[in-house]
Amino acid sequence: MVMASATRTNRATRTPAPGRHPSSPASLWHSSVGKKAVMAVSGLVMLAYLVAHMLGNLKVFFGPDDINGYAHWLRTIGEPFLQHGWFLWLARLVLLAAVLAHGTAAYQLSRRDLRARPVKYVHRRPRATYATRTMRWGGVILGLFVVWHVLDLTTLTVNPAAEEGHPYQNIVASFSTWYSGAVYCLAMLALGLHVRHGFWSAAQTLGVNNPRRDRALKLGANALALLLTAGFLSVPVAVMTGLVR
Amino acid sequence: MNLTLRIWRQQGPDTPGEMTEYRVSGISEDMSFLEMLDTLNEELILRGERPVAFDHDCREGICGACGMVINGQAHGPERTTTCQLHMRHFRDGDTIDVEPWRAGAFPVVRDLVVDRSALDRIIGSGGYVTAPTGSAPEAHATPVPKEAADLAFEHAECIGCGACVAACPNGSAMLFTAAKVVHLNVLPQGAPERASRVRNMVGTMDEEGFGGCTNTGECATACPKGIPLSGIARLNREFLRS
Repeated sequence: MVMASATRTNRATRTPAPGRHPSSPASLWHSSVGKKAVMAVSGLVMLAYLVAHMLGNLKVFFGPDDINGYAHWLRTIGEPFLQHGWFLWLARLVLLAAVLAHGTAAYQLSRRDLRARPVKYVHRRPRATYATRTMRWGGVILGLFVVWHVLDLTTLTVNPAAEEGHPYQNIVASFSTWYSGAVYCLAMLALGLHVRHGFWSAAQTLGVNNPRRDRALKLGANALALLLTAGFLSVPVAVMTGLVR
Repeated sequence: MNLTLRIWRQQGPDTPGEMTEYRVSGISEDMSFLEMLDTLNEELILRGERPVAFDHDCREGICGACGMVINGQAHGPERTTTCQLHMRHFRDGDTIDVEPWRAGAFPVVRDLVVDRSALDRIIGSGGYVTAPTGSAPEAHATPVPKEAADLAFEHAECIGCGACVAACPNGSAMLFTAAKVVHLNVLPQGAPERASRVRNMVGTMDEEGFGGCTNTGECATACPKGIPLSGIARLNREFLRS
């Protein structure tokens, strides 16, 4: 008797069939956890690119021929399988996809987050670290910077020298103006903060973090942020101090 | 101790509320925060005013019923529940701000009482093991590895008070959901429904209007039961592998 009633209750309250939230790429994108995973992966793609980009930038210290030659070599990667410049365009496509996915997910998640706390606390106090609190607006600043950066040193639209195929001359010309140097330096500081929280956060989002790895991942995030910012900043600083001319 | 309290007063779910100032005197430092509010309420009743409504039950820090944001911190300055917070952590003459849990998914019922049924609905969508009940099984019938048992116990400590949601800048219930998912998913008894459980619970969490996780760590700092932030990483892993 008791058993029977227990079984009945169990059936009656058995909630949602397992298929209510199916496992599919679409349901991944529609869930807050899945969307964060998309942000983590796209963020890591951009981060890997930035490491290569920063190391390539350091070639400016070896003189015009070195970095101009490197820039030309980038266009020859994959030849003869790929046509001249195709590798670079493929990389740009991947990066564009990563930026769009990252930005779209960030926008939609932020909307959800702001809706989830419609009434603010009267008693406010500083929450979380500066890097964590500035992720959203820091991201917007970085997005705007990327547009400026491409116009400056890729399409050369706003570059004072605008010599196609001569990045060394373009870099020196750009950073010789105060506004370009200032914009770049500010953006790189924002980048450091963004990476500092973003790298560790990506590990957390993808579920690879655990209490044993936590310290190492936080240290890794700080080191990565510091090295990227220092590496990127070294170029405009060298131009502005006359080390690279 | 003499204190100035600024408490959120709100008649009902649809009426506007505001912070209202009260003075209480003769508070012993051995009183709990709730006993201090009881003292205030006794005075209010004697004056013919409506007492401050707040949730409470066991007053032993194990049921999860009580909870309010004290000076901007969920459950106040100590890492415990509001009922186990003692007035010795405040100083004579302090002004204390008391607000309800703030989240879109937690509508205010009255004053400091919020409706936390959304957490129950997350549990209802997967926070259980679908198995024939009946008498308790023999303890050695299902061996549980020590590491899994420890992990399950650590996460099973969650009392569902909602402090994580209140503390999170995004009003996210990720730590709560993580505690429940990890608790069951690491045990052999929970293994058969491992994938559907995490999908359904995360799905319900999203539908209830909770925010997403931005890994600020505020939840784990506020949690009176010490549910670790790493639980959220485990939840994410469970979700992605499902």
